[in-house]
Formats: sequence, C-alpha cells, structure tokens
Amino acid sequence: MYGFITLFKKEILRFWKVGFQTVMAPVLTALLYQLIFSHVLSQHVEAYPGVSYTAFLIPGLAMMSMAQNAFANSSSSLIQSKITGNIVFLLLPPISAPAFFGAYLLASVVRGLVVGAGVLLVTAWFGLPLPAQPLWLLAFAVLGCGVLGTLGIMAGIWADKFDQLAAFQNFLIMPLTFLSGVFYSINSLPPLWRSVSHLNPVFYMIDGFRYGFFGQADVSPWLSLAVVGGCFVALSLWVMRLIASGYKLRH
Amino acid sequence: MTHAISIEAVSKRFASLQALDSISFTVEHGEFFALLGPNGAGKTTLISAMAGLSRADSGRIRIMGHDTVTQTRDARMKLGVVPQELVFDPFFTVRETLTFQSGYFGIRHNDAWVDELLYKLGLTDKANVNMRALSGGMKRRVMVAQALVHRPPVIVLDEPTAGVDVELRQSLWAFVKELNAAGHTIVLTTHYLEEAEALCSRIAMMKKGRLIALENKDTLLSRSAAREVSLQLSGPLPASLQPLSLRQQDGRHILALPDIAKLEQVLSELRLAAVEVRELSVHETDLEQVFVKLMHGGQL
Repeated sequence: MYGFITLFKKEILRFWKVGFQTVMAPVLTALLYQLIFSHVLSQHVEAYPGVSYTAFLIPGLAMMSMAQNAFANSSSSLIQSKITGNIVFLLLPPISAPAFFGAYLLASVVRGLVVGAGVLLVTAWFGLPLPAQPLWLLAFAVLGCGVLGTLGIMAGIWADKFDQLAAFQNFLIMPLTFLSGVFYSINSLPPLWRSVSHLNPVFYMIDGFRYGFFGQADVSPWLSLAVVGGCFVALSLWVMRLIASGYKLRH
Repeated sequence: MTHAISIEAVSKRFASLQALDSISFTVEHGEFFALLGPNGAGKTTLISAMAGLSRADSGRIRIMGHDTVTQTRDARMKLGVVPQELVFDPFFTVRETLTFQSGYFGIRHNDAWVDELLYKLGLTDKANVNMRALSGGMKRRVMVAQALVHRPPVIVLDEPTAGVDVELRQSLWAFVKELNAAGHTIVLTTHYLEEAEALCSRIAMMKKGRLIALENKDTLLSRSAAREVSLQLSGPLPASLQPLSLRQQDGRHILALPDIAKLEQVLSELRLAAVEVRELSVHETDLEQVFVKLMHGGQL
C-alpha cells in the first residue's frame, strides 16, 4: 500500500514541478478557445433552450482539457521513464500491478481535475451557471479523467518512442476529443454524423459533464454513465493485466 | 541451509540469440562474488532475471531462498541492484529520489538510513541538488544508494565503476567492502579485472550465455600455472635449466616457475655453473591472463 502512496505522490510532484506546462498552459489554451469561439459564434447559436452558446461551450472545453491532460499525464510520465531508463527503479521494488496502475491512474485524474477546475475558473465569467447536478458533474469529471488516464498508461507502456506516442495522441485522442460535441450539440449534426458521434465514448463524457451544469443534455445521463463507466472498467482490467504480464516492461 | 543466490538451469533466448544457456551456480551468504565475461556474455541478462526485470524461459532463481517468480515480493525485498546504465529521474533532488525509492519498498520514515547512505557515499552536500545537476560519478553514487535504501542482504553491482574516476572507484570499493564485512553478499560484474582480483573471493566467468569457469579465485589463478621468472645472466643458461626455459626476450631468459620454491633450485643451479644473475623478476599470473586464455577457448 505504501508503494502505491509513494508512486502516487511522486507522480503528483512530477507534474506539479512543471506546473506551467502541465496546468497553466492547458488552462490558457482553453481560455483562448473560449474567447475566440464565443466571439465568433455567440450571436448565431443557442445550443439548448435558454443556454447561450458561450455558456454551452465552457463545460465541453473543461472536459476536453481534463481528458487530454489526464491522458498526457500518465502517457508522458511512462514514456519518459522508459526512454530514459529510470523505469527500472519502479520495476526493481515489489510494487504490485494494481498499485502501479492505481498510482498512475489517480495522478492522471488529479491532474485532469486540477486543469478542469482551472479552466472553469478562468472561463466562468462568460456566464457559466452553478452546477444543476453537482454529483453528476463530479462523476463524469472523475470517470472521464479515469478513462483517459488509463488510455495514457496503455499508450505509455505500448509506445517505444515519442513518435509512436505522438501518433496515438494526435490520430486517436485528439480526433475523439474534438469530434465529441465540445464545440457543438450533436443534435445540430446531420443524422449520419449524429450516429457516428454516438460511437465516440468521449461524447458521453462531455454530454454527461454538461448535464451536471445545465440539467439537460443530448442523451440521458444514465446512458452516458453506463458507457463511460463501462469503458473505464473494461480498460482498467485490460491495462492491469498488461502490467501484471510485464508487457513491454519486463522482457 | 539456503544460499544467498541459487541459480538452477536458467536459460533465456532472444530470437536467435541464446542469451543464457542452462546456467547453474550458487552464491553463499557473505561472499564477495565476481561475474565476469566479455560484452554480450549474458551477465546483465542473468542479473535482470535475478531482479525480475526479465523472465527466464526455464530454470529457477532464488534469492535468500525466495523464488523470483513465485515469491516475487520476498525475493525483491532481499535484493539490491545497481543497474549498469546510468539512469536517473530528472524531476527530483537526490533526497527526493532516495525517499521515493524507500517508499516503493514500503519503507516509511527512512531518513536516518538515507542520511547515513548520503554520508557514506559522499553525497551529503548534494542532498538537495537536482539529479540533472550532478556529474556522472555522483549520479552513479545515487544509484548505489537507491539499491541500498531497503538494506538488502544481497547486493548486485553491474559494472558500477564504468566511466567513474579513480577517487570514486576507491571510495565506492571501500564502502562495498564495508557492506561485505557487515555480512552483505556482494555480486559484482566489472570490466576492470584487477578490481575483481583484489575484491572477490570467488569468480564465475561467462561466455556466449554459458558458464565456462566457476572457482575460488586463488584456485583459478594457481591452476593457470603461468608464473614466470625473468633472468638477465652474465653467461649462457646452464643445460640443467634448459627444460624450464620458455623463451628468450630482450636478452633475458624466461623460465617457467610452476612452484615458487623452485626459484631456490634455479638460483643454486646458476651458482654451480658460476653464472651471475644481473637482474631477476618474478611475474605472477593475474586474472587478466586467465580471463584472456579462457575467453579464447584455452584450457587452464
């Protein structure tokens, strides 16, 4: 247990020491998106009845930033440790697979939540209401970060070089997060693209998170919870098995 | 009675390369043991298998009686490994590195031992310095400290002095000798054969994944029987000494000296023949000669 706590602390300290890059930068990026999109689109779109586009955009941006940073945290930490070779110091001690997995996962969730809180804080003055359903909000924030944190662990273990990790990030994670209804309600899409969006698990994270703020969403929050929760459990079990088997870590 | 390390018929193959070919040997408690061999002999693969960093295809390894596959936790708690590659985490200071390493082994409040390690390894004034700012030698010392945070009874040092300056080598060896005297079992791989000769009591030599020698150091050295005496004489070598003559080199006669007591006989023969000795030197076999001979397929 203490091995888990130590590795978790180490992972927190690791991103905190480079907080400008790991927290401040994504918060600023989200603020820029908010400034630009709300300026361009505020006059034209009302996403939900009574919800301005400016307010609609905020939870989506926050969830997208959380997802991307949760992924970045575990994946970049693992690939750096693998490439520099210092992962050996984690493989020599008797850290169990669940402890190893749990520490990287929890640190990713914390980084995601810190970034999400930062994004909400700097964009709230665009008209974000107080959350209508705070528990739903929290559930989707934590589970969403959990799914992406787990994917980050998987990518970090799988990738042998930075290039492969960048490919995973740019060709899988980025399209999934951008095409998930961050910037629009999928009800505004043509039927085909609406159906395609329903296959994207990130859509359910964002939709559920948005439900936490506005009490209304494109799909039922229960459906979103089932999809996001199911993804989290399935991915977690798979990645924990990968770690226990020593895949790409122990030769 | 368990062994400190027990290796039984361990084999490991990487694609077409047989990295370890049915290796078996034991290391006893409190031994200072050398594992020697050229690059690619399989030393690091064997150490990786001991540490659980890689998995043997067959065979079994036990550390202080604990199987490295079925009793992973106990086996790892008993083993400290200093890896060959110079690796570090650039995010942290020396003290943070050692405190985290203690925590990975489940040890809280390890400050007193960490302080002692820092002191013994000459790192006290670097405790709060970031790892990136340390010289290569200093980083190597931190790696030694990382291997010792959990006070393992068995310590494996894989080429710990590669690229390290003379002063650090000496202080590192003094520290390792101290650990050995305190009862720790030490396994060392090194390219500096004089280090192995000076420090170790037993020596294993590996070549192409196989164990080709495993002996007490003195036995290994004496078996090679390569002691020689070099003589510069005032006259020709007496006929009675001709059977011992190996060669002539720069005007000197080189004679085999299978036993040091034989020297007295050589000198008395020379006296009888009224040949004066102008210069005399005895060359002992060193580990390097034995090593080279074995690695080139020679028999001792």
